[in-house]
Amino acid sequence: MPTDSTPTLAGLRVPDREYCIDAGGLGIALHEWGDADAPPLLLAHGGFDFARTFDTFAPRFADVGWRVVSWDHRGHGDSDHAHLYSWDADLRDAAAVFDHVAGREAVPVIGHSKGGAMMVQFADAQPFRFASLVNIDGIPSKRPIPDVSEHERTRMLGGELSDWLEHRRRTAGSQRKPGTIEELATRRGRMNPRHSTEWLRYLVTVGATEHDDGWRWKLDPSMRFGGFGPWRPEWALMRLAGFGLPFYGMLVEIEEEMGWGTSPDDVRPFMPENGRLEILDGVGHFAHIEQPAEVSARIIEFLGRPA
Amino acid sequence: MSGTTEPTTTEMLVHNHVELALHTLRAGSGRPLLLLHGLGERSPAVAPVAIAAWPGPVAALDFTGHGGSTMPIGGGYTAEILLADADAALERLGEVTIVGRGLGAYIGLLLAGARADSVRGTVIADGPGLSGGPSVPTSQPVFSFDAVATPPDPYALAELGRDLRPPDYATTFARLAVQGSGLHEPISVVARFRPSWLRAVVDEPGVTDADSVADALARYAG
Repeated sequence: MPTDSTPTLAGLRVPDREYCIDAGGLGIALHEWGDADAPPLLLAHGGFDFARTFDTFAPRFADVGWRVVSWDHRGHGDSDHAHLYSWDADLRDAAAVFDHVAGREAVPVIGHSKGGAMMVQFADAQPFRFASLVNIDGIPSKRPIPDVSEHERTRMLGGELSDWLEHRRRTAGSQRKPGTIEELATRRGRMNPRHSTEWLRYLVTVGATEHDDGWRWKLDPSMRFGGFGPWRPEWALMRLAGFGLPFYGMLVEIEEEMGWGTSPDDVRPFMPENGRLEILDGVGHFAHIEQPAEVSARIIEFLGRPA
Repeated sequence: MSGTTEPTTTEMLVHNHVELALHTLRAGSGRPLLLLHGLGERSPAVAPVAIAAWPGPVAALDFTGHGGSTMPIGGGYTAEILLADADAALERLGEVTIVGRGLGAYIGLLLAGARADSVRGTVIADGPGLSGGPSVPTSQPVFSFDAVATPPDPYALAELGRDLRPPDYATTFARLAVQGSGLHEPISVVARFRPSWLRAVVDEPGVTDADSVADALARYAG
């Protein structure tokens, strides 16, 4: 159940501009805070999140002079639901957003969770787009259950495969479960147990739409937490070592289900030269939502103010 | 490719936001043979000669972005999504034996592991897309294409031609097939080109070589 501890809606500001771009036939929704002519700064959200989860975080960068731009990944928020979803497709959509916002100029980028991991791969593939990269608890490091036998791992994969395929058989025409704002907030609270009820209720009003039978999250119902595939979390770490751009990695003290459980010792061997790595005390995976003032202040100190 | 000339019928299956063309190349009773095409191909118009001796019906699936199936917008292909394509055919057909060419052979292996109790033998044959991409992460390009109206989808060609196939990932599916199928040798390999994932699979217990598709199918026809 959600608690009423953190975060609050202090500092919340809705985007100054919201619109869609055409990313190869797919509509990708952009949300901007700050002066439209200011230097751009890009924010990448995590899996199952959406750009409006930055409503208390993004304005703090706009207030010091950035044009802050975030986008909803395909299938998330106000972006189109796609036929297919993949990490590569998300990177392609991101490239369309970067092209639209900054052309091929380098810009500072902040990514949280999956958004942070995606930006690590993007910065490795297209470093010319990045002036700097801040990663908030988005550095995958290891298999979630590293100490099981190979036989047991195979058996577990078999179970995951069956569950996933059964899910795929049911997704055609499926819809997110409807409910009241309170019910959707409570459901999301199970994945975000450190979020306040007030914040969760707010997220419903911007991340869900109201239908005749109740509110439904905008997220494509075919999306599912977890999964399987050949990709290995530790591969993200290997890319860090080659970074030539300023890099600031933030890890959190309190582990949560939505995080990767990455420790500083996992990351330090792969930190790029002049990279900065810090642990944020007393916060969980959504540090930027729990403590937007403190986290943004650290990042602004790292980035500097726009010229 | 020459083969029998029985009229083909096509049924559309729904997999999430995609419609898949499942062709019946030969009607009949008994366990169906499911043909899975290679990367950039489509299902054959008629049953190939190589499977002429198969005693049951013969079906063939067009993967997403291929043949008569939906051309998605904006790509996003993975081998795992094609696995779910093949599973949609499995749901329709019931227990099957599989012959896969190239990419379809790799997908056949995945399905043999994921649905071991419903796949009675998988034949891995040469064809486009057999190798896949690297087995370790690389700085791969981020690209986009203009939409095309005629399959195959260029995103399918690009994304499935470079998908990661670590050998130990592929062998996991071979082990699942052995553990769950009840067959002594549920995977038969006739492919002469053997990328690293396939070399590792061939070394697994329960995976055997065969001289031809016909020879391999003879093991599973009972």
